[in-house]
Amino acid sequence: MKEFLEGAVSIARTVALCRPGVISAYPITPQTHIVEELASLVADGRLKAEFVNVESEHSAASCVLGAVAAGVRAYSSTSSQGLLLMAEVLFNIAGLRLPAVICCVNRAVSAPINIWNDQQDIVTLRDAGVILLFAENIQEACDLHIQAFKIAEDPQIMLPCIVNIDGYILSHGYEPVEFPAQELVDKFLPPYNPPYKLDVNNPLTLGSLMGPEYYLETRYAIQQTMNNEVKRKILDVAEEFTKVFSRKSFGLFEEYKIQDAETIFVAMGSIAGPIKDVVDELREKKEKVGLLRIVTYRPFPSEEVGKVLSNAQRVIVIDKSISLGSYGPLYQDVVNSIYLNCQIGNQKTLPKVIGYICGLGGRDVSKEEISEIYNEKEFSPAKFVGVKKENLGNFI
Amino acid sequence: MFAKIILPPATGLKNKTGSWRTGKRPKFLHKNCTGCRLCYLSCPEGCISGSKKEYNADLDYCKGCGICVRVCPVNDIVMEQE
Repeated sequence: MKEFLEGAVSIARTVALCRPGVISAYPITPQTHIVEELASLVADGRLKAEFVNVESEHSAASCVLGAVAAGVRAYSSTSSQGLLLMAEVLFNIAGLRLPAVICCVNRAVSAPINIWNDQQDIVTLRDAGVILLFAENIQEACDLHIQAFKIAEDPQIMLPCIVNIDGYILSHGYEPVEFPAQELVDKFLPPYNPPYKLDVNNPLTLGSLMGPEYYLETRYAIQQTMNNEVKRKILDVAEEFTKVFSRKSFGLFEEYKIQDAETIFVAMGSIAGPIKDVVDELREKKEKVGLLRIVTYRPFPSEEVGKVLSNAQRVIVIDKSISLGSYGPLYQDVVNSIYLNCQIGNQKTLPKVIGYICGLGGRDVSKEEISEIYNEKEFSPAKFVGVKKENLGNFI
Repeated sequence: MFAKIILPPATGLKNKTGSWRTGKRPKFLHKNCTGCRLCYLSCPEGCISGSKKEYNADLDYCKGCGICVRVCPVNDIVMEQE
């Protein structure tokens, strides 16, 4: 059924279709309407789940951890500072190999206080062992939620998954969204059946102390799972989703007009929308340009991305975050991928890889700016787009 | 792929952490004991067991913190040199 709804509400209704047993959230800033709508669905009796209001995001993530450890499908949602407060627990959920699903509404990180969109919050947690998916639009955000549970809960994977949506642009924007029928979702996503759980009749120890003689293998196992099982599963699930719901799902990344492209944009999240428009306009002028939109940011599909970019002469990476003192996080991964592809002998010449940092703290990125980026020939690994000189100077 | 991160319960018992004690251990005198169970309830290691006038600390795990000595209302536990 197609409905015209706010992004956050659409996501909440999709999560309800996935039948979570426990939803836990910190209900005030920085929170979105996702858990507000879920709370009213539970209160109205339209969703049979335990909704646990807690006093912080640290507790919300801990509550979700406990629920999945006890064998219940669990969900939470947060944003910016809230995600950072969850950071410690997210490492725990991944290290304990538990499949929680969380939606991160990507927003800037303080200070200065700024509640608008960029992707700085989640990229600071890219090393936690969490599967990270990025949606371009509200429909994809909903579709990725259904897939996230299936990927995370695979008995060979058992890792948390965070679905990322751009704050305000997707969370507060309105778009028509196609909701699948409950029976279809039930068929696609069977009840959570964990290979291990906390059970008084069959006691287990989760989260025990592991010294130098054991810890390294726990990281090795997650790394192997990320690069093998998770990547395979994401592709399989996307293919199955496309078949079952008759709607395209991209899996690792989307290739947009990439064949024969000499210049390829690389980006993730909602900024892919305006970039696609610019690509269309440039294609009309016979420019050979395309877009590679990353959907799966962790595990990063390095080999696959390297292969796709191997024929490009120029790669333009657009980051909505910055590793201060280094470059854009996506830029680093793309450079690695291209270099890796060279190392394994698939490619002789390196393309020019240019990095742009834009849209921080909710700054609008216009189509004109993206066109300017395309026309600029100068090399730069991390050039800020639209810096206003008048905002710089002495600190007062 | 998984590392062996999930264990059966009570595997920690094989680590005899009583070796962490630094010199002193509790001695249960078994004279004035009223069976109030304060020592049993207060032990952070959970290594005191028994019943009235029979309480003892399991020295395989006792860290020698002396809390049982401090809480005993009838001074029936003392710290002694190992």
